[in-house]
Amino acid sequence: MEHIISVQVENKAGVLARVAGLFSARGYNIESLSVAPTLDPTVSMITIVTQGDDRIIEQIIKQLNKVIEVLKVVDLTETNFLDRETALIKIHTRPEHRDEAIRIADIFRAKIVDSSPTTYTIEVTGDVDKVEALINLLKPLGIKEIVRTGRVAIAREAAKVPTRREAQAAKA
Amino acid sequence: MKKTGAEIFVDSLRQEGVKVVFGIPGGVVLKIFDVLHQQKDVEVILTRHEQGAAHMAEGYAKATGKPGVVLVTSGPGMTNIVTGLADAYMDSVPLVAFTGQVSTNLIGNDAFQEADNIGISRPCTKHNVLVKDVGELARTIKEAFYIATTGRPGPVLVDIPKDVSTDKAEFKYPEKVSLRGYNPTYEGNKYQIKQAAEEITKARRPIIYVGGGAIFSDAANEIRELAETAQVPVTMTLMGLGSFPGTHPLCVGMLGMHGVYWSNMAMHHADLLIAIGARFDDRVTGKLSEFCPEAKVVHVDIDPTSIRKNVEAHIPIVGDVKTVLKQLNVYLRSIDGNQSDLKELRRPWWKQIEEWKRTHPLRYEQGDKVTKPQFVIDRVFDMTHHEGIVVTDVGQHQMWAAQYYKGSKPRTFITSGGLGTMGFGLPAALGAQKAYPDKLVLCITSEGSFQMNLQELSTAAIYKLPVKIVLIHNNFHGMVRQWQDLFYEGRYASSYLGDVPDFVKLAEAYGILGLRASKPAEVEPVIREGLKHRGPVLMDFHVDPFENCYPMIPAGGAQHEMMLEDPPELRKVDRGGQAKKKDKDKVEEGEGVLPA
Repeated sequence: MEHIISVQVENKAGVLARVAGLFSARGYNIESLSVAPTLDPTVSMITIVTQGDDRIIEQIIKQLNKVIEVLKVVDLTETNFLDRETALIKIHTRPEHRDEAIRIADIFRAKIVDSSPTTYTIEVTGDVDKVEALINLLKPLGIKEIVRTGRVAIAREAAKVPTRREAQAAKA
Repeated sequence: MKKTGAEIFVDSLRQEGVKVVFGIPGGVVLKIFDVLHQQKDVEVILTRHEQGAAHMAEGYAKATGKPGVVLVTSGPGMTNIVTGLADAYMDSVPLVAFTGQVSTNLIGNDAFQEADNIGISRPCTKHNVLVKDVGELARTIKEAFYIATTGRPGPVLVDIPKDVSTDKAEFKYPEKVSLRGYNPTYEGNKYQIKQAAEEITKARRPIIYVGGGAIFSDAANEIRELAETAQVPVTMTLMGLGSFPGTHPLCVGMLGMHGVYWSNMAMHHADLLIAIGARFDDRVTGKLSEFCPEAKVVHVDIDPTSIRKNVEAHIPIVGDVKTVLKQLNVYLRSIDGNQSDLKELRRPWWKQIEEWKRTHPLRYEQGDKVTKPQFVIDRVFDMTHHEGIVVTDVGQHQMWAAQYYKGSKPRTFITSGGLGTMGFGLPAALGAQKAYPDKLVLCITSEGSFQMNLQELSTAAIYKLPVKIVLIHNNFHGMVRQWQDLFYEGRYASSYLGDVPDFVKLAEAYGILGLRASKPAEVEPVIREGLKHRGPVLMDFHVDPFENCYPMIPAGGAQHEMMLEDPPELRKVDRGGQAKKKDKDKVEEGEGVLPA
């Protein structure tokens, strides 16, 4: 099952390598990874999307906690969370396709952020489904290049909404 | 007054109470060695290879519980200690390795003797740091010692560029360490400990399974109290040997791939497994799906990643072994102070274990022509009363040593467990001897392992470290040969070592006493003479090259599926003759095997 894990780390050289190295050395998979400093400039937030059964995820979280520079590990999948990704998509624009490209971008509230005589670059932000859907619709027009940020995620504040675990427990 | 980085380095070691550093100088650490040379508080042991330095520091740390300290130069100096770091990481040995680095302005330029020390050591250290500013040096050293020795101990590497050792800063050694991302758990969860105590009093077939964690935590007394209060048999892993007296009536010896029959059988049939400072290594569990099928598992370990990694724990307790066991013993006494009731409850269990022990004891048949390796090890332990510090290398001799060892003190059986590093024995023995110059230190080794670090005989000779080397000379990589006999139809692919060198002459070349026993009758006199000698000794015991180590759980087998002796097809073959023939062919083909 897919898990989104957010890892607060010391903002120091080599920390990312230790975290990434831990995944490769133990055969865990990283599907996407994003890193940026937090409000506190001495702390960075790493968001990792990974796959694994409960036992593997438990090990990943424990192993991450063991790294000296790791300050906090949260498996967001255990909570109610919000995730977003940004993609920049450069498409070929033959004259007969330009209107279509603009229409598709509009549907997804995506923006055309750069244009050239032969290409448009479209910026889109959303959850994975939205980004994938847009890419699929643009494919017939001819995609030249795609860059994706990887997912970032944050826990929702609404404490009243039961978490998935709570919901399951309530059902059982 | 400002001090150079090198002076700060040495002052910091003083502050940490470091008495000895193992290492080799080189370009970028000359300044540090120069300062070390001009003082007397910290002694430098110059080894002959950096790997030797790392293992010596490990031996020192394993024997004392204090951190071992290594100091080597950049590039090859650092890459040569990688095996020692990996070994220390696997076996949780507190080690602080200082490596030289090229000057900060040269880092990344492929400078002479530059290597990415941090990158290379990252997966085999608990933590590592490059010091970029001399002002950071003291704090970094303080943190390195703190991290190496607390929680689950392990190796920490500090990389010091040349200019950091020559630059100046005010020296102020920090009094305490505060690392917001590092807070080992020492106290176990009280509720869980109570649960464990209840399970222990209820169990009919319980067993305590002790690993190396018990030794790092100095929990030998607590384990003994637990075993005696609750009347539970104790089995130990290779790393746990010494945490419980081998002669204690509740001791059932070592478990695992080459563990004794009765302890593996007891594990397989147990209804409660109390794992203490152990990590359920594959050499212990055998086939996981059939491991302890009937047992509830109580697992005490300071490292949360060890719990539920391989085996489900019904009662996981994260905490320091000693602290947790103290608490557990208090609960146990409060639940039921009556030992005789417990004894009664477990009488059938004991009877069963005794039965296993009686029917399948450890055994070897010593005739009067060929010396059996077990005989040598058995005699050595017997004649030294299982006292002194035993350091082994890796292979058959290591397993025999573990099987026959009945010592009663922690930190007296020192071996490379997790990584299985051949070449560990001699330098580790020297490190232990350095820590305890007056104690008897035995290095039990075999020529495959021994030759991987034999250059350290120089270190033994120069520093007059009187280790007693027991060389089990069997002309093969014995464990490899055993597997080839059992699983590869006796094809000895690259396992035959030939008969070089002459180890007695080798010892003499280093100015060390060399003794040889070629026949069984010579074994005891050689041991006697070797032990009597005041300096280092190399005792070369020529033994049966085809002796196999049993019991053995074949790789992938379950714990109760032990091989107890050579299978019939192996016994029929005249392997001696075969091997000789093979040697002869090799000589004729010019493969470099010397004729006898």
